[in-house]
Amino acid sequence: MLKVRGISTYYGNIEALHAVSLDIAEGEIITLIGANGAGKTTTLMSICGLTPPRSGDIEFHGQSVVGMKPDRIVQMGLVQVPEGRRIFPNMTVLENLELGAYLRRDRQGVRQDLDYVMDLFPILAERRTQMGGTLSGGEQQMLAISRALMAKPKLLLLDEPSLGLAPLVIKQIFEIIRKINQEQEVTVFLVEQNANQALKLAHRGYVMENGRIRFNDTADRLLNNDLVREAYLGL
Amino acid sequence: MEYFLQLFSSGLTRGSIYALIALGYTMVYGIIQLINFAHGEIYMIGAFVALIVSGVLTIYGFSGASILVFAAVVAVIYAAAYGYTLERIAYRPLRGAPRLSPLISAIGMSIFLQNYVLLAQTPDFLPFPALIPEFEFIEPLAHIIGSAELVILTVSTISMIALTALIKYSRIGKAMRATQQDMHMARLVGIDVDRVISVTFVIGSVLAAIGGVLVGSYIGQINFYIGFMAGIKAFTAAVLGGIGNIPGAVLGGLVLGLSEAFAAGYISSAYEDVFAFGVLVLILILRPAGLLGRAVKQKV
Repeated sequence: MLKVRGISTYYGNIEALHAVSLDIAEGEIITLIGANGAGKTTTLMSICGLTPPRSGDIEFHGQSVVGMKPDRIVQMGLVQVPEGRRIFPNMTVLENLELGAYLRRDRQGVRQDLDYVMDLFPILAERRTQMGGTLSGGEQQMLAISRALMAKPKLLLLDEPSLGLAPLVIKQIFEIIRKINQEQEVTVFLVEQNANQALKLAHRGYVMENGRIRFNDTADRLLNNDLVREAYLGL
Repeated sequence: MEYFLQLFSSGLTRGSIYALIALGYTMVYGIIQLINFAHGEIYMIGAFVALIVSGVLTIYGFSGASILVFAAVVAVIYAAAYGYTLERIAYRPLRGAPRLSPLISAIGMSIFLQNYVLLAQTPDFLPFPALIPEFEFIEPLAHIIGSAELVILTVSTISMIALTALIKYSRIGKAMRATQQDMHMARLVGIDVDRVISVTFVIGSVLAAIGGVLVGSYIGQINFYIGFMAGIKAFTAAVLGGIGNIPGAVLGGLVLGLSEAFAAGYISSAYEDVFAFGVLVLILILRPAGLLGRAVKQKV
């Protein structure tokens, strides 16, 4: 579904990604773990067209997306929930959700999906007329995921959805991610620092260090890999 | 009392023109944090296009109101094209550059457009025909408010209501608000941010051109330099209301227009600018973010 082939991305003259390659197949939950500054967010931004790679190629459904404008990439079904959630603060919950469906023309489908996400997170239905900026961190994360779902993604990219949330809320969010993957048949690419929980949820994982992929294996094996256990799981 | 009302209506008229122009400054600032110093020139060009069109139409024997409407439509289209082009050639290539670069580019475009009109037209003041017809029904109130003032107030009110509705309810309006609040995220939900910025410039230019046509007809003369002072005043109005804030631009324009009119009427017209900018200084001391500007509180 998504093939990332040896991409290198730069910020000015600084090479943030060194020949990164990834493969994501339809229906999978793939996680990318690594420390702060390893290049995880840059990888997502490169895929979404916000910081296009200088070399290498990114193919989505067999079509290269390198150099495409971000809105065209969203249109293809590659949708990101960015780090820090980035809710539009002075718009209502409902308006935030409507903006998620900005590129869609099928009103009927949009209405159905609105019902679906409100069902998934009933708190959003309760707060529909409240400004996005006044929600709690957990509620904002739920809104951010729902907003992305409103775009009808084929591949959902999640950047640290657990950041700054209480353990109980993290658990709830991860369960929803699993549910979305199974019920909506959305492929998930999950970027996390919370390696333990991410690997328990995912089918396969990539471990990133200093802009390079260090390991790539099934989630079970990564969980039992001594180097990964020591460096990322603190065991 | 009558004198007061007379000053009040002339203050409101001026103020609503300032507001029309200030909206362009504030919308552009809200989205790309740029003070578009060439915005006053778009207003001036709008007035010039209307003058030329009305001259031609007068030769062909059209009259009053029909000329006004037609001249305004052509001026609006022209100004929109200028605003769009301005953004494309002077600001878009500098997207991502340090903030000072587009600012200098804006000042350059302002000087360029002034001198272009100076050379293409004339350095002198040109008489602008009174296109706004005299209404008979307003005769009994003529000592308080004239036909021209009434038309200006009505047209600017309608324009502002239309703008508010556009921003609140339309798809492009939502995209504009989203871009203003978080441009990065706007891209991630699939908004073509470049297009939103273009539309913002076009809307601002349309409002400025409407202002230009109305003022030309109201004051009765224009030259290449009218955009400069109007631009400074409108910019002041935008800052007064809280730059980036749309109702703020309207409020700022009205406060500025009224304080000018009262200063001119009760003290001396030589002091109107002193008063206008004095109000600005005072408000910025008491409320640095402007009348309606506010530091938005947000949970993280």
